[in-house]
Amino acid sequence: MARGITLKDYPAENRLTIARATWAVVIIGLLLTLLIGRLVYLQVVLHEHYTTLSKENWVKLLPVPPTRGLIYDRNGVLLAENVPTYNLEITPEQVKDLKAVISGLRKLMPISDADVEAFRRLMAQKPRFESIPLRFHLTPREVARFAVDRWRFPGVEVTARLSRHYPLAPLAVHDIGYVGRIDVADLQRVSAGEYAGTSYIGKTGIERHYESILHGAVGLEQVEANAQGRTLRVLKRDAPHPGDNLYLTLDANLQATAQKAMGDYGGAVVALDPHNGDILAMVSTPVYNPNPFVNGISSKAYRVLHTNPGHPLFDRAIRGLYAPGSTIKPFMALAGLQYGVITPASTVYCPGYYQLPGDSRKYWGWKRGGHGIVDLRKAITQSCDIYFYTLAHELGIERMHAFLSRFGFGEPTGVDLPGEKNGLLPSPEWKRATRHQPWYPGETLINGIGQGFTLVTPLQLAAATATLATHGRRVVPHLLYATRDPATGRLSVVPPRHLPAILLSHPSYWKDVITSMTDVVGNIHGTAHAIDRGLRYTVAGKTGTAQLFGTGQGAYRDEATVPRRLRDNALFIGFAPAENPRIVVAVIVEHGGYGGVTAAPIARKVMDEYLLKEGR
Amino acid sequence: MSSRLLIGDTEPARGAGMRRLTVRLHIDPPLLIAVATVALIGLAILYSATDQDMQHVWKQILRLGVATVGMFMVAQVPPHWLKRITPAAFATGILLLIAVLIVGYTGKGAQRWLNLGLFRFQPAEIMKLAVPMMIAWYLDDRALPPRGSYVAVCALMILVPVGLIAKQPDLGTALLVTGAGFFVLFFAGLRWRLILGLLLLGAALIPVLWHFMHGYQRQRVLIFLNPESDPLGSGYHIIQSMIALGSGGLYGKGWLNGTQSHLNFLPEGSTDFILAVFGEEFGLFGILVLFALYLFIVVRSLYIAVQAQTTFTRLLAGGLALTFFFYVFVNAGMVTGLLPVVGLPLPLISYGGTSMVTVMAGFGILMSIHTHRKLLPT
Repeated sequence: MARGITLKDYPAENRLTIARATWAVVIIGLLLTLLIGRLVYLQVVLHEHYTTLSKENWVKLLPVPPTRGLIYDRNGVLLAENVPTYNLEITPEQVKDLKAVISGLRKLMPISDADVEAFRRLMAQKPRFESIPLRFHLTPREVARFAVDRWRFPGVEVTARLSRHYPLAPLAVHDIGYVGRIDVADLQRVSAGEYAGTSYIGKTGIERHYESILHGAVGLEQVEANAQGRTLRVLKRDAPHPGDNLYLTLDANLQATAQKAMGDYGGAVVALDPHNGDILAMVSTPVYNPNPFVNGISSKAYRVLHTNPGHPLFDRAIRGLYAPGSTIKPFMALAGLQYGVITPASTVYCPGYYQLPGDSRKYWGWKRGGHGIVDLRKAITQSCDIYFYTLAHELGIERMHAFLSRFGFGEPTGVDLPGEKNGLLPSPEWKRATRHQPWYPGETLINGIGQGFTLVTPLQLAAATATLATHGRRVVPHLLYATRDPATGRLSVVPPRHLPAILLSHPSYWKDVITSMTDVVGNIHGTAHAIDRGLRYTVAGKTGTAQLFGTGQGAYRDEATVPRRLRDNALFIGFAPAENPRIVVAVIVEHGGYGGVTAAPIARKVMDEYLLKEGR
Repeated sequence: MSSRLLIGDTEPARGAGMRRLTVRLHIDPPLLIAVATVALIGLAILYSATDQDMQHVWKQILRLGVATVGMFMVAQVPPHWLKRITPAAFATGILLLIAVLIVGYTGKGAQRWLNLGLFRFQPAEIMKLAVPMMIAWYLDDRALPPRGSYVAVCALMILVPVGLIAKQPDLGTALLVTGAGFFVLFFAGLRWRLILGLLLLGAALIPVLWHFMHGYQRQRVLIFLNPESDPLGSGYHIIQSMIALGSGGLYGKGWLNGTQSHLNFLPEGSTDFILAVFGEEFGLFGILVLFALYLFIVVRSLYIAVQAQTTFTRLLAGGLALTFFFYVFVNAGMVTGLLPVVGLPLPLISYGGTSMVTVMAGFGILMSIHTHRKLLPT
């Protein structure tokens, strides 16, 4: 047995133990050095790196959406506000059986198929952990009923949010526009960071044009969050800066008057202050209610609006293109005077038709039998087409185009709204470029009385009339009067933007035309004499009747017997008081028939409201 | 009776009465004070790591109390008694390990627990002490350094229990038990050539070991090699632990101010990863102080080994000293990302009872060895 013969050498073993203990201490020392080296590396060398990581771990930045600016009219009447609403919201991630939950909720409160559809549409766009609204504007009763049963619906909650509301809707709906939920396209025109936490964005009108002012600046909350992402406390809060409140140039009363005066006609009314370009009223009819758009209109309701033959969604005031008809005549007269083609006294004989030299074709005027001998005054008062055919022919299309351009025809006015149309002021170059056809002399005549290719928007017509009323001063029409910072209360008035004025060789030309225009209303033969009764101020105006459907030259018809959708458009431009204009009005009534019959009375109502009831 | 002979003291006169008392109670004051200091630090950091939950702290105090009583009781047992029961303890341990594999309870996916009616316990814990005891017992009357055949027998005495533990599976304890056995052999003078050879063999066995590993164990090793590969899954532990340590810096964020642990970013902050909490709140300096205390305990234990009078006690004390250090090193290495996550607690500090009792029993053995020495003729 090996054990028996081994002898233990105790001193040697003692030395061995000491040697091994020494070795152990050395090895322990080395390993500890390694550990400490590692700790120095982590805690000293990489300290800042890990401090950052640690902060990123627990400090989260949450956006605090700013409150959207309010919109008032020029007198402080509230047009767009933010109202607290209770919404029913669902976080899809926390709900197992969505169908069952929704049918369960339906037993508590009415939820329409449209609500569910809108919900599903939003759900498809948003991450699953974000809560998505199912129902808006819960009544206190519905809120209470849900509160009782809430334990049955994990992942469903009632939230209080600010929702945009237009208290006077549909008043000025096309001007104010509306906000809606932000979609992918919207995010491409704004910075996503600024809109983190915001659910609405201006979609049309003022709401869209002044989005950046109305929105304000997003705030940031630094919060302490745990590993599960739950906010524990707020560390720092950079309050959001609320959006500025807007004061529009609109006068809500005037707007309502104009809208009411339009009756059930489609068309537009634009009222301007000619001196500063303030848009006092701008109506496009028919109107619609913007409030359902705010939280997502159902596709059914949208389809109804979209397929409505009256096209209520269409803003006629800045996008509607109309032949100006005879309302172009005062501008033509100015062109004639400026280029010396006519004088106030020069006359033309009107047999009821016009023939181009060397052409047998007859261009008929509106009045059977003609006006006889016509000077400028009579030509405008009675809207003699023959006078203006002659004038147009002698001016030529090039000079007509050059002169009318100076009034802003054929180009956007620059109003502070999105989507304004250019209109069309034709020229031979334009026709060659777009139609690949030469310009025919007959087209000069037709365009000379505001028919043919010429197209204007109601706002353009109003702006040009304002220039006429102020003897050539041009100012960009605008809707924004002032902004107010709700934090400081400071009001900043937006100064009007003036354009280079139109200077004529003789300033008296303005007077000549304007005087003739006062006869349109004041003279017994004036085309708008119907509105003269009881008038307590002077109106300078011009009617227009624009043919929509050609019935052939010279075919006269009684408008009253024609079905409305085939009737001409009725137009009227005017300003008052004529000697010191304070308001300019342009009216276009689709299928309204004669301008003097349908359009002029609407303008009178607007002027009465503005000039007579002011200062109440 | 001269105390100088007992402890090699330089100051015989003062405090001699007290010294006699501690010897009679079989207490080693330096070891006791150091262990108590570490345990108190542990309680303070546990209070923070559990979000100031006194309930946890009281539980831990209770465990410490039980473990301390256990330590005192073990310290009363003379080493030669200990030696006598060693084979029986080892055999019992093996049997219990087999029993665990057959009827054991499953916790956290591993079969480690045995229900003894009143409480559940892990038989593997016994082996942390029984294996070094067994090897020391085996080598006690053999010539040192051990020859090859002895080493082979020792290797068998290590590998059988380690195999059973690894099968539960409990990689951390298996590693620790291997270490405990190996350290005794180291103290027995295992030749450097052999040590080198064993290290090489171990390296060669890694692929074999890999083959026998469970999915989650392989995962841990992979994650250790590249924590960023799975920052939200298994690599999360290591990354968050390094963030905690790194953001603590030199001086730490202050007691109770660690964000990583209090906001639940650091998993297992009160158990295996408590060192990260400590490092976050007390910084590098705090850890250095803690390491100094641990080092003192290890060196004191080594001193006890050197002073021991029999081969059995010498080998056992040396083995226990190094095992304790190994414990600390593996845990710290894991928390700092130097070693893979093997699931070993930080001794005396981590929340939990089983390992605490074993560690304290180890100190009891050391105290017993130191205070039961026979007087040598001067």
